[in-house]
Amino acid sequence: MLNYVLRRLLYMVFTLVALSVVVFIIIQLPPGDYLTTYVASLQAQGTTVDDQEVAALRARYGLDASPIEQYWLWITNFVRGDMGRSFAYNRPVAELLADRLPLTIMLSVSTLFFVYLVAIPIGVYSALRQYSVGDYLLSIIGFIGMATPNFMLALILMYFFFKYFGISVGGLFSSEYVLEPWSLAKVWDMLQHLWVPVLVIGTAGTASIIRVMRSSLLDELGKQYVVTARAKGLSERRLTFKYPVRIAINPIVSTIGWQLPHIVSGETIIAIVLSLPTTGPLIYGALLNQDMFLAGSIVMMLSILTLIGTLISDILLVLVDPRISFEKKA
Amino acid sequence: MMNDVLLEIKNLRTYFKLHEGILKAIDGVSLAIGRNRVLGIVGESGCGKSVTARSILKLVPAPGKIEGEIWFHGGEKPVNLAALPPTGNAIRDIRGREIAMIFQEPMAAFSPVHTIGDQISEAIQTHQSLPKPEARGRTIEMLKQVGIPIPERRVDNYPHQMSGGMLQRAMIAMALSLRPKLLIADEPTTALDVTIQAQILRLMKRLQAELGMSIIFITHDLGVIANMADDVAVMYLGRVVEYGTVRQIFENPQHPYTQALMQSIPKLGSKGRGRLASIEGTVPVPLDPPRRCGFADRCVHFIPGRCDADVPPLIDTEAGHQVRCILYE
Ligand SMILES: Nc1ncnc2c1ncn2[C@@H]1O[C@H](COP(=O)(O)OP(=O)(O)OP(=O)(O)O)[C@@H](O)[C@H]1O
Ligand SMILES: [Mg+2]
Repeated sequence: MLNYVLRRLLYMVFTLVALSVVVFIIIQLPPGDYLTTYVASLQAQGTTVDDQEVAALRARYGLDASPIEQYWLWITNFVRGDMGRSFAYNRPVAELLADRLPLTIMLSVSTLFFVYLVAIPIGVYSALRQYSVGDYLLSIIGFIGMATPNFMLALILMYFFFKYFGISVGGLFSSEYVLEPWSLAKVWDMLQHLWVPVLVIGTAGTASIIRVMRSSLLDELGKQYVVTARAKGLSERRLTFKYPVRIAINPIVSTIGWQLPHIVSGETIIAIVLSLPTTGPLIYGALLNQDMFLAGSIVMMLSILTLIGTLISDILLVLVDPRISFEKKA
Repeated sequence: MMNDVLLEIKNLRTYFKLHEGILKAIDGVSLAIGRNRVLGIVGESGCGKSVTARSILKLVPAPGKIEGEIWFHGGEKPVNLAALPPTGNAIRDIRGREIAMIFQEPMAAFSPVHTIGDQISEAIQTHQSLPKPEARGRTIEMLKQVGIPIPERRVDNYPHQMSGGMLQRAMIAMALSLRPKLLIADEPTTALDVTIQAQILRLMKRLQAELGMSIIFITHDLGVIANMADDVAVMYLGRVVEYGTVRQIFENPQHPYTQALMQSIPKLGSKGRGRLASIEGTVPVPLDPPRRCGFADRCVHFIPGRCDADVPPLIDTEAGHQVRCILYE
């Protein structure tokens, strides 16, 4: 097991190196760089720009070096924890991320829990009561949930709450807490705000996991080992949860890490709509402004998270299913 | 005689109400299983052997409905199993403890993510309040009794770590762990290769003698029947068409279907594996079946206007020998 994890970590390093190259190419791809955008916007406002000053800036950020040199500079600093400066915010990228990444992770993990806690029981119920009124009703709600774009749901909720309760559901904190240092009261305030984005981001995932859980349990319910358990004299409830549910849940639990990318990318647009202080709006703005160090760092961090999620998934997969061994997987 | 009967099936009908019509999987089966005896049920694929077996323990899946009577004489008073609710306590008390069952595919019959020991102990603990270590001890003892080497190690194996033959032994150990009075074995050796098959049959025979139980042995292999059974029921299209002792059936087969089966055995009297597929035609699916002899279409003695007029009655031709055919009227 340890062997397997170590080997996987080694693969992860290679993957990250390859990924960093791709990320670098993508952020370099659009013509121009941050400075040209900056200069253009200043000129549009009628400000004259000193050519010498621009040249000095270009030199400082290595913008005139060859792409390979630029990549090397970026990645070596990144590994040391120096992620460069954000031009737009004029702050170190590491600082910006320290503000926002933990909230993104927390939001993602909360959403993940929400999705699984809601979807698994509903999926089990739907399968056990196949074709009942409840099953049909939940299926319909599920399809609606799956078909409604996240941002639509966010807008509807915002409108609804504002119109009928006069509350703004945006953000993660009430205004008085935004700039406060962390405290119990702030955490409590955050939890009160958290459910809206969790609900919005989690709805589509919940709906699809309900479908998966339902159909995979329906597959298992007719299996021979269920009849064996029944023939032993076990009660329906006991045998259902010990055998088919346990087995149907396997693929769902073990792919938990693969949900992370969906959640993170789903989060971006919702965070903008609901103005959440997460990495979503940050990366969006960074890409628009060609704020390359910021964009590159966020993408790298999210990739690392995804890889960790996948590793957790693979370990879970082996733990929940004795038929899969670490040796065979590797 | 009546005292010696353990299970008595009377006019059992198990129907599946489907979109296409009513599928009469079992349509009036009557059978008796004596104490300490082995009843072999034989017939082609789809004739209703498994549904009969499952009806006894009320394990027929929806939309199956069971009618008729199934009297179990194992307890103080006879119980009509057919009348018990399928998920109630009464039938659950009988399942595993009084009547146990083993299945065709040992690999599929165990949960793949629980150990063999866990699944066997569970059977014991369902019916007896026994602490875990003791249940485990009993499990190991049972595994030893069915001839599994190093049972202390095997008890913690998962199904995929064992061979089909070993698993079927474990299945037998599980079924017999509570000393049931009746064991229903639904094609327990069909999925195994020939040498393993012989070993399992010998094991079952030995345990039957040692533990003193009755067995319903389902197979489509006449060689196995000759080897194992005391009494034989030949089934065709949801009905028993002939019933008698193993001698009567093999020495004096009376129903045209039984006769055809006998001819399909490569060499009479040898223990060769009689495949039943060599009879002309196939078993139809009993969807809204007409009231006539089910075998009429394939029968060499078919009499128009008689065989297709009604279901032939079950006729006693000699003591303990019955046949459902108008030729013996
Ligand atoms: N769950 C079910 N739903 C609908 N029809 C069924 C169901 N189970 C069995 N049947 C039908 O009942 C009839 C008898 O099936 P059964 O499984 O008892 O046959 P069998 O004699 O055991 O055959 P085999 O030798 O292939 O095991 C078949 O026509 C089958 O299609
Ligand atoms: Mg069968």
